[in-house]
Amino acid sequence: MTPAPSPPTARAIAHDVLSGALSAEDAARDAFARGDAAQVGPDGLNALLWTDRKRVLEEARELKVEDEKGGDPGLLSGVPIAVKDNIATLSLPTSCGSRILEGYVSPFEATAITRLRNAGAVVIGKTNMDEFAMGSSTENSAYGVTKNPLCRTRVPGGSSGGSAALVAAGMVPIALGSETGGSVRQPAAFCGVVGVKPTYGRVSRYGLVAFASSLDQIGVFGRTVDDAAMALQTIAGRDPMDATTAPVPVLRYTDADGSMMAGVVIGKPKEYFPESLDPRIREKCDRALALFKSLGAEIRDVSLPHTDLAIPVYYILAPAEASSNLARFDGVRYGVRVPGDGLHGTYEATRSRGFGPEVTRRIILGTYVLSAGYYDAYYKKAQEVRTLIADDFREVFTSGVHVLFTPTTPTPAFEIGAKSDPLEMYLSDIFTATANLAGVPALSMPIGRVDGLPVGGQLIASHFEEARMFGAAYALEKALGEEAHR
Amino acid sequence: MSVTIDDVKHVARLARLGMTDERADQLVAELNRILDHMAVLEGVKTVGVEPASGVGAAGMPLRVDAGPPFPLARPPQRFAPSMRDGFFLVPRLASHEDVGDDA
Repeated sequence: MTPAPSPPTARAIAHDVLSGALSAEDAARDAFARGDAAQVGPDGLNALLWTDRKRVLEEARELKVEDEKGGDPGLLSGVPIAVKDNIATLSLPTSCGSRILEGYVSPFEATAITRLRNAGAVVIGKTNMDEFAMGSSTENSAYGVTKNPLCRTRVPGGSSGGSAALVAAGMVPIALGSETGGSVRQPAAFCGVVGVKPTYGRVSRYGLVAFASSLDQIGVFGRTVDDAAMALQTIAGRDPMDATTAPVPVLRYTDADGSMMAGVVIGKPKEYFPESLDPRIREKCDRALALFKSLGAEIRDVSLPHTDLAIPVYYILAPAEASSNLARFDGVRYGVRVPGDGLHGTYEATRSRGFGPEVTRRIILGTYVLSAGYYDAYYKKAQEVRTLIADDFREVFTSGVHVLFTPTTPTPAFEIGAKSDPLEMYLSDIFTATANLAGVPALSMPIGRVDGLPVGGQLIASHFEEARMFGAAYALEKALGEEAHR
Repeated sequence: MSVTIDDVKHVARLARLGMTDERADQLVAELNRILDHMAVLEGVKTVGVEPASGVGAAGMPLRVDAGPPFPLARPPQRFAPSMRDGFFLVPRLASHEDVGDDA
């Protein structure tokens, strides 16, 4: 099969498979052909870590659509998808980009994967990531750096960089990632695709390897807003296997499609538009806001005054939770075991050999801020300031603002190796970590390019208001047209 | 609050991570730079502010304390290195004596 010149959307593939014009097996074969053309393997982009073509094609051939949630049967019929390597799948490894889980294959499957497969999706492979999702560039993987498909000397963002790169390269229309501080939205912005972090509690985390449990959420990538909406509405909803999923009904986000924004109030928070912001990114954001206004939306200047505290809060809480969550990787229960002197020696030898530098740094930092004498000064204080950050959002949304619009990142994709200072890397999450701390949904979408590099615009809504967020995203995508990619 | 090399080595021991002197030195510098950035929180007034629980707006619903069946796709015999009488067999890693020396 010759791959289509322009990669098809998930909706187009599902339509063709349901109508019989295309088999799921050929859809999977086309995806592999597009992946080969884009060199997604270790010698090229290094975005795809694990796949098994023969088994994938067999699974596609045997595809059966089940209507588990009573939604749209076959919404994703035959749609090839890629999955971040920290989400449990049955027939491929789940290594979290780490040596410590090298060769680990889960005996159970993540609920999100089960729901996607029941809707007809075919998992074609697992994607590269920063080790245990700790990073903003996909340079921290034990399996090598992932390259940005739009400029191979630059990072794709992270930690879900492999998923973003595969969607941007055209191999798959949809991929799963995970978010703790911006790990879907930031790579989506850097690679020029759509990335969504749902409300905390919107999507089951059963089968997602935990990093920081009060922040983690599975998120989706799509090349279009519609594809991302299809993916999210498929995986969202209560799951008895994850007590943190909320019993809030899931709307059909694909019904949010509309071109008019009359009556919608878009907030422009001044803290996300500092004087130091790259003027070219500001210009793209201003253009997007002007389009919203032309569609009938009201643009309102607002303030989220504790925004600049998000990075200190995030980089206390996330490593603290990680230091606890990653204690389970001890050489006894999972993956690699490096024998040492006695039980403690084995723990230490396994963990020292298995974890990379960034994971080690965060475990040490997290253990330190939780240790006797420092808990109140760091961890408790950070939890209190987190409340203030969440209150900022609550106040702005109760004042009548429906959706906030901001840049997703302060800069476009940076060069591989450009940020060797950990703190400098952490600061690149400045516009994304707030939504995780507040638990609200947020979406990044392409709004233009600077020197050929994509710029992401971010929409943030109140808890469980994903439909409102998608409505604005559909409208902006339509209004921008090809301008979103030039 | 400044992190010392002894702090790093102590925390590394608690976290069961081996640490060379060279790596510990690097971490002292990195952690102090990161924690200097965190110091901005000291000046934020939080009197009367409840620490965030981290749970979403809907709170944490509790399930019946019975537990759903654990849906393994493969029986333990298919993925465990070794089993006997329904129990996992693992290598003997230590005697009881060397457990808990700093627990």
